[in-house]
Amino acid sequence: MAAAPHTPAPEVLDHKRWFFSHLGLTERLFERCLGEALSAGGDFADLYFEAVTSTSLGIDEGILKTAAQGISVGCGIRVLSGERTGFAYTDDLSPERLLKAARTAALIASGPQTQRVEGFREAHTPQLYPIAGFSSDAELSTKIALIERADKAARAFDPRITQVRAGLNDELRRILIAASDGTYAADTQPLARFNVFVIAKDSQNTARGTSGGGGRVTLDFFDGDKSPEHFAREAARTAILQLGAVAAPAGEMEVVLGPGWPGVLLHEAVGHGLEADFNRKKTSAFSGLIGQQVASSKVTVVDNGTIAGRRGSLNVDDEGNATQETVLIENGILRGYLSDKLSSKLMGMPNTGSGRRESYQAIPMPRMTNTYMLNGEDDPGDIIKSVKRGLYAVNFGGGQVDITNGKFVFSASEAYLIEDGKVTAPVKGATLVGNGPEALKHVSMVGNDLALDEGIGTCGKAGQSVPVGVGMPTIKLDRMTVGGTGH
Amino acid sequence: MDFSIQPAERAQSLNALAQQAVERALAAGACDAEAVAFAGEEFAVHVRMGQVEQLTESGSRAVGLRVFFESPDGQRTASTSTSDLSEDGLKRLIDGAVGLARVTGADPFAGLPERELLAQPSAKAIDDLCLYFDDVDAIPAQERIEIARRCEAAALAHDTRIQNSVGADFDASTAHRVMVNSRGFRGEYRRSYCGFSVTPIAQDASGAMQRDYWYSSARTARLLDSPESVGRKAAERALRRLGARRVPTQKCPVVYAPEVARSLMGNLLSAADGDSIYRNASMFAGKLGEQVGGENITMVDDGTMVFEHSLGGDKLFGGQQGSVRVGGFGTSPYDGDGLPTRRTVVIERGILKQLMLNTYTGRKLNMASTGKASRGLAGAPGIGGGNYFLEPGTLTPEQIIADIPQGLYVLSTMGFGVNLVNGDYSLGVSGLWIDGGELAYPVEEITIAGNLKDMFRNVTAIGNDLEFRGSGAVPTVRIDGMTVAGS
Repeated sequence: MAAAPHTPAPEVLDHKRWFFSHLGLTERLFERCLGEALSAGGDFADLYFEAVTSTSLGIDEGILKTAAQGISVGCGIRVLSGERTGFAYTDDLSPERLLKAARTAALIASGPQTQRVEGFREAHTPQLYPIAGFSSDAELSTKIALIERADKAARAFDPRITQVRAGLNDELRRILIAASDGTYAADTQPLARFNVFVIAKDSQNTARGTSGGGGRVTLDFFDGDKSPEHFAREAARTAILQLGAVAAPAGEMEVVLGPGWPGVLLHEAVGHGLEADFNRKKTSAFSGLIGQQVASSKVTVVDNGTIAGRRGSLNVDDEGNATQETVLIENGILRGYLSDKLSSKLMGMPNTGSGRRESYQAIPMPRMTNTYMLNGEDDPGDIIKSVKRGLYAVNFGGGQVDITNGKFVFSASEAYLIEDGKVTAPVKGATLVGNGPEALKHVSMVGNDLALDEGIGTCGKAGQSVPVGVGMPTIKLDRMTVGGTGH
Repeated sequence: MDFSIQPAERAQSLNALAQQAVERALAAGACDAEAVAFAGEEFAVHVRMGQVEQLTESGSRAVGLRVFFESPDGQRTASTSTSDLSEDGLKRLIDGAVGLARVTGADPFAGLPERELLAQPSAKAIDDLCLYFDDVDAIPAQERIEIARRCEAAALAHDTRIQNSVGADFDASTAHRVMVNSRGFRGEYRRSYCGFSVTPIAQDASGAMQRDYWYSSARTARLLDSPESVGRKAAERALRRLGARRVPTQKCPVVYAPEVARSLMGNLLSAADGDSIYRNASMFAGKLGEQVGGENITMVDDGTMVFEHSLGGDKLFGGQQGSVRVGGFGTSPYDGDGLPTRRTVVIERGILKQLMLNTYTGRKLNMASTGKASRGLAGAPGIGGGNYFLEPGTLTPEQIIADIPQGLYVLSTMGFGVNLVNGDYSLGVSGLWIDGGELAYPVEEITIAGNLKDMFRNVTAIGNDLEFRGSGAVPTVRIDGMTVAGS
């Protein structure tokens, strides 16, 4: 990070000032804690202060049944010594408790102090999202009005919709990072997510439908295209569609994935396998494959934490580094890994600003932000037309990967048969299964309709959940295994 | 919502905190209130290739509040939670809940349980559940690290094909939970946990890698297995996956090993969850008293189990004799509503006999709660069982396998393709292929699919190998009529 002095932008000051004025913290205290943390000989130490306020509102059976608010405040203190990490956290921010946590984390090293705490250098961070949170009383009624609209729209969609739940969850997360290498950064991160869940029922079948979206946005986001009515209609439409769905086919076939959320394929098939910690330890199926062909030449995949307002975007990562756009796969060739401070230091690779953590109670590790495939040249209609018999999957539930053998799965929640180049019957949920380093070699067509998901993704790794985004244009895989029961 | 924080007054006991929160909520006009307070201590060490990689030691406290306000059509309710236990923090907790309850809708079914239904847990009765052992805290940090090291070393020494490892972990934690409500309920208990695990990586001549894990966990260190036995078992599990191949798409018998049978049969309880029953969002909705599985299926949820475990065998601490009484991992003195926990036969000989109900869902269905409320820090209680098990059969796992000419023995599942609304089931799996009644070779990158409603009727064999390793236990289970999708 550049050490050149500069005048920080006003908003940079504002992010930090909150911690001084509301929590009574001082730079002097940061220095003392870092000094204590390095007192047993660690190479590096950092403090991660976090204050989160979250609100959750939910309407259910037409009644506003859920209203909850939570506050979480604390500090995580980390000491690195070679490949070793000592860690302690406290929810009590008194100097005594912070110093005690620093001494606990310091126990990872044993020896005299060798590193000194460098002067803090303020990072000049971008402003990718609005600073304001939205928890005032006026905003409370605005939020209630939004979820009531979703409830109404879902019920009006079709008389077969029998149950509707709609909710809005939002949080404001304030973070401040001070590290012994002089890293000094703070951020204020809003995050909102709208959710709709419906049940549809006819004389024979019952089906569910879900929809949702949001991002690092303020409430006016939901006045636009992504209105409560949009999410409500999507949930209701999927549920009604599922009432008439046929059994998914079973076996290997051509698969076309629609644009947007199906990009979760990339997250599972390649993203996790490219996180630097796994590759440093050679526990990933992608270990040692940099420079090699891991996908068809039509495939370029990036991870980009700098897109304004997206759920996976961050002004700075949880180690105080600016996020960036990182090319993971370029024309089918594996180019790079996602790294944090520890991995970049130990592997001698650039830090991609990918150090993320679930909360002050967790240790940071390399994580994805928004991961997507760039546009190709094919027309989406031509892609469908090229398939004789296959599956067209446009929406997915979750996915999972075993990064060691590369095997991944993801579950289609909205999919159709393709017969003789035409999209025909909707099929029931089916799991798609593949092998990470192989699957993308079978990508034979890439559409020109790149879309990012609507803002619903949460990624879990080693027990830590963080918000992420995914995206993709329409693509065709010549071969993939579909796990249905039909023929 | 914005706030400032003073250093928390640590002296305030959890009990006093919860009591105070309830009293202040009543003083603010609530007709009823309920508070929970948690304190936890955690220790975690992660060792990899013999070196300590991460060491975490910390504690935290938090309090959660639910308030109820009377209105003509029922009660309005809201909840708040905070980790800030200062006077200001408590004030925000109470003001926040009261403020939110103003905007929620009246719900005729909302409200605390009737006074006469509440548990009156005596200190003696809680002691008799044997949930807390202070020896978990007594093991010195160096010894905990050594246990993880020994476990990993045993896995690495087991076979030359094991040269790498994801690492070994040792975790110990204690928790103190308090619950108080305005209808006279006061409950308080402690729980302890300790455990370790290892995930070695096996690699064959082709360079292909496979990982697997094994673990031991208990409420007291005296019951932990020897680290060496756990390491060896993990190594064997990883080794037997080497050389895995795919199999052609077909219908065949599927045998679930106990680790995966547990989640398969656990779906019986999830489908009996009162919340999805009253919403018609479960395949068991309206099926109470009806046959939902084969006559060989009896499934019990029991939140009161206390086991008498022998101290003999290959334990961490050798030379122990006799036995120790220990509460199950799912045992607790009262449920999340404050009702006594109990034994509930949910499925008896295939008939859905009782539902998994908390107070709210019981009222919705005009039934009594079955004591299955789960209460986290925030929000209204959900549904969560205690310990659960499937009544074992008489066959050994070997006998079940010996009876199958061609079939699949499932060792692990991947993905989330289980739909409890309509029973659709499709998961990625790995395991061993059964050929001529014997386990022949490993298989992976395949899926299994069916519909749970049919699968529960097609359980054609149940093993005699019931063993409680967690809160749930299910023996080996064979299911016929499923589709395996592969090459």
